[in-house]
Amino acid sequence: MESKNFVNRGNKDTRSGFGAGLTELGRTNPKVVAFCADLIGSLKMDDFVKENPERFFQCGIQEANMIGAASGMALNGMIPFVGSFANFVTTRVLDQVRQCVAYGNTNVKIAASHAGITLGEDGATHQVMEDIGLMRMLPNLVVLNPCDYAQTKAATIAAANYNGPVYIRFGRPAVPNFTPEDQTFEIGKAVKMVDGKDVTIFATGHLVWESLIAAEILEQEGISAEVIDIHTIKPLDIQAVLESAAKTKAIVTAEEHLIAGGMGELIAGVLSRNTPYPIEFVAVDDRFGQSGTPARLMKEYGLDSENIVSAAKRVISRK
Amino acid sequence: MTNIESLTSVASQVRRDIIRMVSQAGSGHPGGSMSSADFITALFFKVMKHSPENWSRDGKGNDMFFLSIGHVSPLFYSVLSRSGYFPIDEMAQFRHYGSRLQGHPCTEKGLPGVYMPSGSLGQGLSVACGAALGKKLEKDDRYVYVLLGDGESEEGQIWEAAMFAAHHKIDNLIAITDWNGQQIDGNVESVMGLGDLKAKWEAFGWDVLVADGHNMAEILNTYDKAKELSGKGKPVMILFRSDMGHGVDFMAGTHKWHGKAPSAEQTEQALSQLEETLGDFKLIEK
Repeated sequence: MESKNFVNRGNKDTRSGFGAGLTELGRTNPKVVAFCADLIGSLKMDDFVKENPERFFQCGIQEANMIGAASGMALNGMIPFVGSFANFVTTRVLDQVRQCVAYGNTNVKIAASHAGITLGEDGATHQVMEDIGLMRMLPNLVVLNPCDYAQTKAATIAAANYNGPVYIRFGRPAVPNFTPEDQTFEIGKAVKMVDGKDVTIFATGHLVWESLIAAEILEQEGISAEVIDIHTIKPLDIQAVLESAAKTKAIVTAEEHLIAGGMGELIAGVLSRNTPYPIEFVAVDDRFGQSGTPARLMKEYGLDSENIVSAAKRVISRK
Repeated sequence: MTNIESLTSVASQVRRDIIRMVSQAGSGHPGGSMSSADFITALFFKVMKHSPENWSRDGKGNDMFFLSIGHVSPLFYSVLSRSGYFPIDEMAQFRHYGSRLQGHPCTEKGLPGVYMPSGSLGQGLSVACGAALGKKLEKDDRYVYVLLGDGESEEGQIWEAAMFAAHHKIDNLIAITDWNGQQIDGNVESVMGLGDLKAKWEAFGWDVLVADGHNMAEILNTYDKAKELSGKGKPVMILFRSDMGHGVDFMAGTHKWHGKAPSAEQTEQALSQLEETLGDFKLIEK
């Protein structure tokens, strides 16, 4: 759908934003190195590999080894990015990430592509919707989930400039590219996209655009929705969450993830420890994905603007 | 004293430290610590170039040692402390609340000499590969060493790293396996047979040396050979044949002392078989 208030400069995949960010880092920061487990093209790492062959390490289909090797190289002062599908750098290697990246507090950047249900036709084996929960449970790890091409590029550069382990999640499909081209990405700082007073929609990743559309639909019905882009899941911008919640007193969270362990539960936890307000989760409820086009799956799994609109109305009625 | 006599004397103290640490903590892993004691003592006191007093986690200009089998932390802490990384009496803090000497080595508490946490098995060779490649990028010509266990080599990630090291020609890497033939549930060959371990490493593209892990002259000679083999496009593996619990008669050759602390009486009996050569660390008075 089109937005009245935000300009889509043309659909682009967020993984290409990662690729562009990595290419720029390759040209500007000689300490940046990259590892990939047989998915260079999928992760859009081709330009980095071509321009910096001595700083690229092909790992073959060895995700566990890749995580370990990157953590070892980080000791020497390098800034390693490891790239694979989100499923294979989280659920498959949780112990390696836990011991060598998070507990070891090494300067490794885990680049996780094809996250969520919008991976589409490959089906449930590849559609990870548990990764945010798993990664945010690990102490020391920063967890990023940018919303479009431009923000993913900026987040990639910010991840390299941050000293410590980072998990950065992005996706496969072409989606609207609407955040500023030359933005500065501030880790841990939520971005208010729309000001509103009746309900707050906290959205992350691909669901930010859907939330902007939802806010416009709600506006036509006389409901003023605030939309906040939570591009950093951890550390969560608690101040931004509490301030907006105190204003609207009704919360919707929207994410391409399971309810279990997701951003919704995270925000609900923060609110219940401070001032509780009614909250509705737009997320996937305890089920696996399946094959289908991204759009069809987003609808089927309740992750589109229509579902955000209904959640907003539900939560307002609970005020 | 010759090198051999002096290293043997250090190794005796290292074994005493292991027994005393585990005994005071009431838990820990003496068996594998004792089987690796001779060749790890040789590594820290003779073979490696390192700067205990000026240690930093980037390992620049120094050889780096990674312990993949984190449970043999008593051995690791003893050789670190005895070679000057931290005060000897700190060994008494092993496994105590708030200690830098955690049950399994960690980096979070800032203990000098520990580059990476270990404990969950199978990960150290991958880490060592990355560190060795990092040294090449940094034009640092020192070596990276890593200690693996034979039981640990049942982990699939070890063989991922084995393939990776050969593929990327990581020839500044010298891996060591403590081939003591025992693991928690029993004899390695009965628990999960490794088959022809030497042939396996060779098939993965490594240069492989096999030596007696309790013969100090042979140990030194083997490290020399490993260094000669390095720098020629292949990673090097040393398989040290050893006995679990070596040095104490009732602990030797059995898996039963993999992860068990001796009683007061057994501690006394064990220490009576190990000469105090460098002075024991002070126990914490109870």
